[in-house]
Amino acid sequence: MAELTYREAVSRAIAQEMERDPSVYFIGEDVAAAGGVFKTTEGLLERFGPNRVRDTPISEQAIIGAVMGAAMNGLRPVAELMFSDFFAVCWDLIANQIAKTRYMTNGQVALPLVIRTANGGGVRFGAQHSQSVEGWAMAIPGLKVVVPSTPVDMIGLFAAAVRDPDPVIVVEPKVLYASKGEVPDGEIVDRLGSANVVRTGDDVTICALGAMVPKAFEAAERLATDGIDAEVIDVRSLVPLDVTTILDSVAKTGRFVTVEENPRLCGWGAEVASIVAEERFFDLDGPLVRITTPHLPLPAADALEDLAIPSVDAIAERVRGTMD
Amino acid sequence: MMQEARLFEKRAQDLFLEGLIKGTSHLALGQEAVAAGFAAALRPEDLVFCTYRGHVHTLLRGAPMSALMAELMGRASGICGGKGGSMHLTDVSHGAMGSYAIVGAHMPIAAGAAWAAMERGTGQVVVCFFGDGTTNIGAFHEALNMAVVWRLPVVYVCENNLYMEYTPIGDVTAVANPAADRASAYGLESILVDGNDVDEVYETATRLVDRAREGGGPALVEARTYRHGGHSRADPATYRPDDEVKAWLARDPIPTYRERLLASGVEAGEIDLVERDALELVDRATEEAKAGPFPGPDALETELWADGGSTWRS
Repeated sequence: MAELTYREAVSRAIAQEMERDPSVYFIGEDVAAAGGVFKTTEGLLERFGPNRVRDTPISEQAIIGAVMGAAMNGLRPVAELMFSDFFAVCWDLIANQIAKTRYMTNGQVALPLVIRTANGGGVRFGAQHSQSVEGWAMAIPGLKVVVPSTPVDMIGLFAAAVRDPDPVIVVEPKVLYASKGEVPDGEIVDRLGSANVVRTGDDVTICALGAMVPKAFEAAERLATDGIDAEVIDVRSLVPLDVTTILDSVAKTGRFVTVEENPRLCGWGAEVASIVAEERFFDLDGPLVRITTPHLPLPAADALEDLAIPSVDAIAERVRGTMD
Repeated sequence: MMQEARLFEKRAQDLFLEGLIKGTSHLALGQEAVAAGFAAALRPEDLVFCTYRGHVHTLLRGAPMSALMAELMGRASGICGGKGGSMHLTDVSHGAMGSYAIVGAHMPIAAGAAWAAMERGTGQVVVCFFGDGTTNIGAFHEALNMAVVWRLPVVYVCENNLYMEYTPIGDVTAVANPAADRASAYGLESILVDGNDVDEVYETATRLVDRAREGGGPALVEARTYRHGGHSRADPATYRPDDEVKAWLARDPIPTYRERLLASGVEAGEIDLVERDALELVDRATEEAKAGPFPGPDALETELWADGGSTWRS
């Protein structure tokens, strides 16, 4: 057992899989010699050499296209997309090509590839480097999407993503890169499509994702002092989605809240809430509640960004309000 | 090969008119020499990427004709089970790695396949066909740059049929030869060939494919050719001047090649036999395709994921 930062967990995760499987390659902008702009890939070049850990030009279409083509021809490549906002400049490759090719070819083409990307706000980067875009990927049939919220989940879910025969987007909340967590020694492999109950409770179910998980947890601890016993679920995997864990919790608590970093419209919580409404309506004791950012681009100034992103106080207050 | 391709495309056109093929199609009538010249220069293990105008490229890699025809007709017996259609013909077992319907997308994908070939030491060469319109989209430039920097075994082949869909390519492009004039920007040799001369295409293809296989890096070729029809089924191509069409029809690659064969001493009867065999092949493929079943409801939700299904939740 060792305490690792999330950013150290990223490089350990990549190293674990590259060590295990010589067909795993890793490319991206500034990932090799520079060790990544978030210092998440330090040491990989030295360990695995310039063929398997390769710097690319600032060419997101070429990066994503390259991992797709390589996956079609026998590699299990991993691409880093420096900021998830850059999905917008290579979305054709992701949404039209990678997501659809297996289906369009009736299974002739397998695409065992991973795209990892730094996502979300909280670091004062402004509107074009702070978005939470996991919902974009979730909306496209043919993409699997996971969002690890702890160092150990980063390693385990990344390993599961690399070993999965389908394309997986690994979304890393960049505000968590400096966060720490206990990580067991040895190989860590998790599985896609499993949510974690990170706090058990009987009064209300709070579903959170990524950087909102520690905030939801802290809000739940605070609510406990008021006698409200909240269950907190880290959704972890948007596709496949662990509906069972969520519905079982709602059946127990009768109340349901999502905490999302994304803008209001069409966030992942809207889909989850609609499933709860369809399938557990008669277990509910109150309205479904979604806590999101306002439907806005994220502002840069810390005072404004802190207002936009759900805070521990705001989460606690909204949850308290649902209990009336 | 050219004759089979020509008759396949003509049959596809007829089947559209009969209502047996739905949707859209982009025929390569008149452009067959480019696909044929390259197909003849490749080895079975090589990989080809093409565009939505990709029937003949896929066919000439060796994909079974009846399964291609069946795919156009939306049958379960189609090469993609009916899920792909005209713009997505793919036959991985013959190295036809897909027809890509978003302009330029396959340029970096082909680079990626070549990267894997290089790293795995397979000796494969990748050939990527694209149209003149592609030279004005970003993915073209990103892919060429990366292919050169990484010294990848990939040959990019621009089929310049003079029109990006409906608009003359010259009206919207900064240089006269949309691919060849850009080659120097990536440190590549500027190569312009007569895309209606199958021998010239074959010779160039052989040289560049061999060079790529030996580690000599990527190439960019511009092959000038001409569509006999419109951009797609919906396009009567009335925007093209009559004398231009007439001049290019006179340079139709298939009669031109027939003349060359006759002049070199091949018996006319021998050529007629090839043509008759091609027609029989197309007739047989058409009948087989027509006899194929339509996909049933069981097929709809299959093959999104590698487990064969499409489940997204527990």
